[in-house]
Amino acid sequence: MTNSTLDLPKRPWRQRYHVAAIGWTLVLGVLLVLSSLMTGANLGTFLSNIDQFLALLVQMSHPAWSYLHVILQPLYETIQMAILGTTIGAVLAVPFALLAASNLVGNRLLRGLIRFFLDLVRTLPDLLLAAIFVAVFGIGSTAGVITLAIFSFGMVSKLFYEVIETIDMGPLEALKSVGATKVTMIWYAVLPQILNQFVSYFLYTLEINVRASTVLGYLGAGGIGVYLQRSLGEFNYSATAVIILATLVVVLVIDGISNHLRRVLL
Amino acid sequence: MQTTLENHPLTHHLFWRRWHWLLWVVVVAGVYSWAIGGLHFTGIQESAGSVSRSILHGLLHPDWAYVYNGSGEDLSSLILQTLAIAFLGTFVSALISVPFAFWAARTDQHWAHLRSGSGKVVLTLIRTFPEIVLAIMFIKAVGPGSYAGVLAVSIHSIGMLGKLFSESLENMDRGAEEAIRSAGGNRSEILTLATLPTIFPEFISYTLYRFEIAVRSASILGMVGAGGIGTPLIFAIQTRSWSRVGIILLGIIVMVLAIDSLSEQLRKKLI
Repeated sequence: MTNSTLDLPKRPWRQRYHVAAIGWTLVLGVLLVLSSLMTGANLGTFLSNIDQFLALLVQMSHPAWSYLHVILQPLYETIQMAILGTTIGAVLAVPFALLAASNLVGNRLLRGLIRFFLDLVRTLPDLLLAAIFVAVFGIGSTAGVITLAIFSFGMVSKLFYEVIETIDMGPLEALKSVGATKVTMIWYAVLPQILNQFVSYFLYTLEINVRASTVLGYLGAGGIGVYLQRSLGEFNYSATAVIILATLVVVLVIDGISNHLRRVLL
Repeated sequence: MQTTLENHPLTHHLFWRRWHWLLWVVVVAGVYSWAIGGLHFTGIQESAGSVSRSILHGLLHPDWAYVYNGSGEDLSSLILQTLAIAFLGTFVSALISVPFAFWAARTDQHWAHLRSGSGKVVLTLIRTFPEIVLAIMFIKAVGPGSYAGVLAVSIHSIGMLGKLFSESLENMDRGAEEAIRSAGGNRSEILTLATLPTIFPEFISYTLYRFEIAVRSASILGMVGAGGIGTPLIFAIQTRSWSRVGIILLGIIVMVLAIDSLSEQLRKKLI
């Protein structure tokens, strides 16, 4: 009887021998080995060529500041592309977000279809869209704006419908009880509740798009990326360094402005 | 004199509150006129309509023969290669990110901290390089192919995972650490018995999330020659073989959807 109080709870053998943890580690290890075989990853190759890589980094650590006046105009173009693309994408996203919100649309089939469409749009990476739109519209900032519009449409619509699903349904019921139409209900009961959060998410998407638009030009979609590609192609790494640093400054400035505005809004 | 609404001292302040939205209208209009005025939309080629029609036709009639033809250069093997690039890049960098995270995490409330500050600067510097630039740099070092893609993904992931990991270290529950310390545990015991077990599920969750992003980037890194499905995609676009583009796009969509839902399931189980 005295012994039973000292008995520790019995653990099943699965827990005692850590079957799950060892199993997952093995699976992970096998997958890592398989993928390194498949990609031909080999630390030795990298280490034997590391002097070339270091030489490249040394060149990059001496930025050619005189290049700055060349890239000022494309930098502006990058921001302009991001602003227009995000705006078009966000405006297009509003009706889709309203249709995908479960508290506004009762029809499960319609909602499911819209959501599936939005999921599909979100699977495509930005550079892939850029490659296609450059083929359609030709080299230039038009392809960039449209790429960013589609890219932000996918992202914004999901953020928007998740916001709509959190609104207070009281005003909607009030309007419904006096016989308002759907459009009136959305205009007077839904939009006022979500406008601030919409603007906040719009600014957040703008930040992401400014980052994304700096590389879009690499495939010919306008902006600073065109010069990024040119400098890399000419092995002019000190110019590449200037472009990367200038991009960093622009991104930080846009992030700062947008963070400030979002704090004011919410 | 009678005080009316118009000359009351309080309403005078209201003027700014009532009309300040006009200022915002002016600012927003200014930004948009600058944005629209600065761009040139003249570059649209005349064939845009016919090209988009043939793209649609290609998407609706994908080149099914490309899915598997046993050559090792078909869709299924290249999709597998893309997944391998993303997987190796993410999980290797997750291991490397852990020390970076401890370096950059700030656990006291002092406004400036040399160790954490320098760690955060290093992580920001790493994140500054776009993945595509990293890929080109690594192609210089190891030659074109998927190994360059692995290196680009893993270095970029260190910048992002290091930041996410260090933030979760800053916000973690320190109860378990205190318990071990009060029971007389030394620093290595606190690390292995309290800190790591507490933080492990969150680290794994962030790694899976990063894997989802890496799959997307691995599928485009091939456009600059860093292996994976991107290389045949950019060739197909350049040679205008739209049915080939269609099947590759379908492959990427299916791959991304599958990985996203798998990773979501795993992350739900974790947290």
